[in-house]
Amino acid sequence: MEFAELIKTPRADNVVLHRPFYPAVEGTLCLTGHHLILSSRRQDNAEELWLLHSNIDSIEKRFVGSLGTIIIKCKDLRIIQLDIPGMEECLNIASSIEALSTLDSVTLMYPFFYRPMFEVVEDGWHSFLPEREFELLSSVTNEWRLSYVNKEFSVCPSYPPAVTVPKSIDDEALRRVATFRHGGRFPVLSYYHKKNGMVMMRSSQPLTGTNGRRCKEDSALINATLRAGKRGYIIDTRSLNVAQQARAKGGGFEQEVQYPQWRRIHKSVERYNILQESLIKLVEACNDQSHNMDRWLSKLEASNWLTHIKEILTAACLAAQCIDREGASVLVHGTEGTDSTLQITSLAQIILDPRCRTIRGFEALVEREWLQAGHPFQQRCAQSAYSNSKQKWESPVFFLFLDCVWQTLRQFPCSFEFNEHFLIVLFENAYASQFGTFLGNNESERCKLKLPQKTMSLWSWVNQPYELSKFKNPLFEANSLVIWPSVAPQSLQLWEGVFLRWNRSSKFLDEACEEMNNIIEYNKELQAKVNALRRQLAELETDDGMQESS
Amino acid sequence: ILHHHIAAVEKLALTTSGCPLVIQCKNFRVVHFIVPRERDCHDIYNSLLQLSKPASYDELYAFSYNPKQNESKRLQGWQLIDLAEEYKRMGVPNSNWQLSDANRDYEICDSYPRELYVPRTASKPVIVGSSKFRSKGRFPVLSYYHRDKEAAICRCSQPLSGFSARCLEDENMLHAISIANPAHHYMYVMDTRPKLNAMANRAAGKGYENEDNYANIRFQFVGIENIHVMRSSLQKLLEVSGTKALSVNSFLSGLENSGWLRHIKAVLDAAIFLAKAVAVENATVLVHCSDGWDRTSQVCSLGSLLLDAHYRTIRGFMVLIEKDWISFGHKFSDRCGQLDGDPKEISPVFTQFLEGVWHLTEQFPQAFEYNEAFLLQIHEHVHSCQFGNFLGNCQKEREELKLKEKTYSFWPFLLDEQKKYLNPLYNRDFSQKLVLLEPNTASFNFKFWRNMYHQFDRTMHPRQSVFNLIMTMSEQNKQLEKDFKELEAKMKQRNRQPEELLTKEPLQSVHPASPALKTSPSFKKEQPLLPMNDSIRTIEGSNTADNRYSEYMEELSKAEPAVVSLEYGVARMTC
Repeated sequence: MEFAELIKTPRADNVVLHRPFYPAVEGTLCLTGHHLILSSRRQDNAEELWLLHSNIDSIEKRFVGSLGTIIIKCKDLRIIQLDIPGMEECLNIASSIEALSTLDSVTLMYPFFYRPMFEVVEDGWHSFLPEREFELLSSVTNEWRLSYVNKEFSVCPSYPPAVTVPKSIDDEALRRVATFRHGGRFPVLSYYHKKNGMVMMRSSQPLTGTNGRRCKEDSALINATLRAGKRGYIIDTRSLNVAQQARAKGGGFEQEVQYPQWRRIHKSVERYNILQESLIKLVEACNDQSHNMDRWLSKLEASNWLTHIKEILTAACLAAQCIDREGASVLVHGTEGTDSTLQITSLAQIILDPRCRTIRGFEALVEREWLQAGHPFQQRCAQSAYSNSKQKWESPVFFLFLDCVWQTLRQFPCSFEFNEHFLIVLFENAYASQFGTFLGNNESERCKLKLPQKTMSLWSWVNQPYELSKFKNPLFEANSLVIWPSVAPQSLQLWEGVFLRWNRSSKFLDEACEEMNNIIEYNKELQAKVNALRRQLAELETDDGMQESS
Repeated sequence: ILHHHIAAVEKLALTTSGCPLVIQCKNFRVVHFIVPRERDCHDIYNSLLQLSKPASYDELYAFSYNPKQNESKRLQGWQLIDLAEEYKRMGVPNSNWQLSDANRDYEICDSYPRELYVPRTASKPVIVGSSKFRSKGRFPVLSYYHRDKEAAICRCSQPLSGFSARCLEDENMLHAISIANPAHHYMYVMDTRPKLNAMANRAAGKGYENEDNYANIRFQFVGIENIHVMRSSLQKLLEVSGTKALSVNSFLSGLENSGWLRHIKAVLDAAIFLAKAVAVENATVLVHCSDGWDRTSQVCSLGSLLLDAHYRTIRGFMVLIEKDWISFGHKFSDRCGQLDGDPKEISPVFTQFLEGVWHLTEQFPQAFEYNEAFLLQIHEHVHSCQFGNFLGNCQKEREELKLKEKTYSFWPFLLDEQKKYLNPLYNRDFSQKLVLLEPNTASFNFKFWRNMYHQFDRTMHPRQSVFNLIMTMSEQNKQLEKDFKELEAKMKQRNRQPEELLTKEPLQSVHPASPALKTSPSFKKEQPLLPMNDSIRTIEGSNTADNRYSEYMEELSKAEPAVVSLEYGVARMTC
């Protein structure tokens, strides 16, 4: 086994674990291929810490005499400290952790070794197949078809084998459009608005280049979604400037002359390492408690995190507005169509579609608009806020999406079937997980890795009744309306449940939350009791009535 | 809009549709009118200016407000809060503290109340001497007595020490306070001002206590800024929050530049220092600022709130305001600009106190019997001048105005509406586990109080309020409990006759509803849990124009600006 070579010291005694808000714990540290385990041997409070190596974002080591200290910073933003006696042991452990937390082969990752302790009732790998989603669609419209043009991932490597396209466009045309779009990502259906039959499509940028290359099939494809005499909107997630510059590299945007029925709107959303830097700055600000007020506010500002939240939500609201209010169809794209595009299309669906606000609907959304749509999770979530690798492909795109959902959830606390905890679990699993769901960068890679056969799906675990109950929002009342979140800076807040999770004690808040749940539960219970009694009485009365009349 | 609520009226440049008029209110409502004719606008502007700044007290609303209540009830209302009772609850008078008659006729300090509690060992000459050495005669008196710790919170104004002056009586006075705490050999003297300000005051013959002159005191500056800094800070805050199409960064940097949250944190930090000195060190603390009616009131009242769970109840909070703010002479009239007076006297000192309390309720959701709406309502009426309580600057003035004869007291009205102000999560036992509330004051805990400063801008608030929902639910629970008991009683009564019925078929209850049941008017299941307006609210909020992301859509929207265009959603309803 290769892991054994990496683990120089598998075990160390008298290790002290320090965490904020908890008393220090002394115990034995064990390293396995995938976990760092610290167990205290004390009888009275046997405590165990299990930490996935893949959750470790960075480590630092320090020495005072022969006592070594390792500070472990995790992708879920937690920071722990281990005091390890013995310099050599400490060095060994540090280097082992370093090696184990940065394995480059996917197939060595924990999901390939994880054996579930629960019985799989429903295999999450098959819960949200495109065919199922298409069935739902075909019950309301017959203008679309499921195309298998990408069956071998040959037309577009980052698309799934099955995509939904206008019925009137044949596979040959799709192949031609694919050559005209960045990475082969031709326009596909993202969302169908039942209320008025308008649609949202997504794609990548058209490859117009400097000489204004055009593609008849491309305009035919997107025009096929327009009603006679109606205009549509193209939302470009880049500024006009950036879009123009892209032409020099062969990219570009849809020119009015070639797409006269479309109005283009540029709504700039940040991407790549700018977002990563934003995350790093924000987390750094949250972790430093010595800040005075002015410094905290200026650091919060300098991180720009909330600005990005506002940008993304605003663009999503704009897309939703075009569809619901203007009664127009929309095409969303940026450059590659794998990041900001997906943020916008998925958030717009949260706003428009009540189904996406249910647990299953949200899972389907993540599956459809993120996993199958080819958001490169493995690249984007390779490192989190403590990264110092400065790789362009690391970027908290999905994290920002979850934060936007949280902001919306906060503003409409009764309209979501799930709670904040559910979003946090998705955040954690996107960065480090025992499940295979977020491994790989697209369907093609997942297919090659045989993830459905070799690993467990996150959904298989989440969708068990017992687990589900923890993710349910007790205040949920299905709301069939469109929900428009406020994007005023006064309405946006720091997601404390994630960013301050490890920085302050939430005891009183948790207790209050529990009390709230008690009130809700008690309410349900009382209603049931009162209703039961009423029925009983009513029955007695009718019995009496019958006796009297007989 | 109440005239008294108007803080500022502004006429903007003429536009094609008319003359815009902006009214800023003291409760932070901002209303925009467009008056079609300029002359009308000018007239309205002038009238409002005059009406919003009455020249004398008898023009205030309280003197004409008539809720149609009989006289005895009105008088009873004024007796609702009894401070003597409150001191008794704290445990004074006792062997160390007594009621002093030194100020019975306001002879030594006209901004203090008549009844003052002082150490038993402080003789009258000491009191009189001390008061002469204190600014405005505000000598050290008891504000709060901690029964278990036998420690006290005392308050006063700055000493007239200049660079070197001493006063034996004042030194004796502090000594008397110090020894009134049997457990302790030292006491804290907290000067709530920044050190620099206090030092500057020495040039004017005022200043702070010299540790060398007073036996066993520990002197401490805490650095809360003065009323002028606070006023301009709020002004800056409102400018920022009132900006249209505000970006996140200008909001955050505006928040930072206003310094508002920094000031709130300073006040809370001071209160925590005070409460810890009492609860942890068993030490007595004397608090003062310059005149001892602004910062001193903030720190003493917040400190007591941290120490004593009684002040976290609805009644207790009223008592706290009555004691540390009204009776000790916080100049409500000047600070709120009730009359046409010096605008430099206006300052949001009391607003800051309420915001401090709000921050505590955020960190300890189960510790307070009252909710946010309670705080907002108090803020509303501190400025409304509808009730007599907050008129005038001190008790003496209030007596001269004959407020108890001519106006109504606010507290009974607040208590009548008590249901609206109950915190459904309140846990009476919460505080018993804790000696004092110790809030976390790391900067990230301090947040912009949207519900105060944008109370009337509904588009910014969550469209569904968890809080209201839980409140209705816990109300409903009480009703259901009652229903349940009634039904059970009925059931028992019935079962006395045909006894087998219940024992035989309790399961029948699950059967489909009988007709009698459906018509039953009190059958709760038919009622939706959510208040009906919930879905309505969502629709209201669905006006995309309200949400300010519509810049691209502007040319598409056909709506012409209405004649009366209001910046903030809810204002629509008031016109």
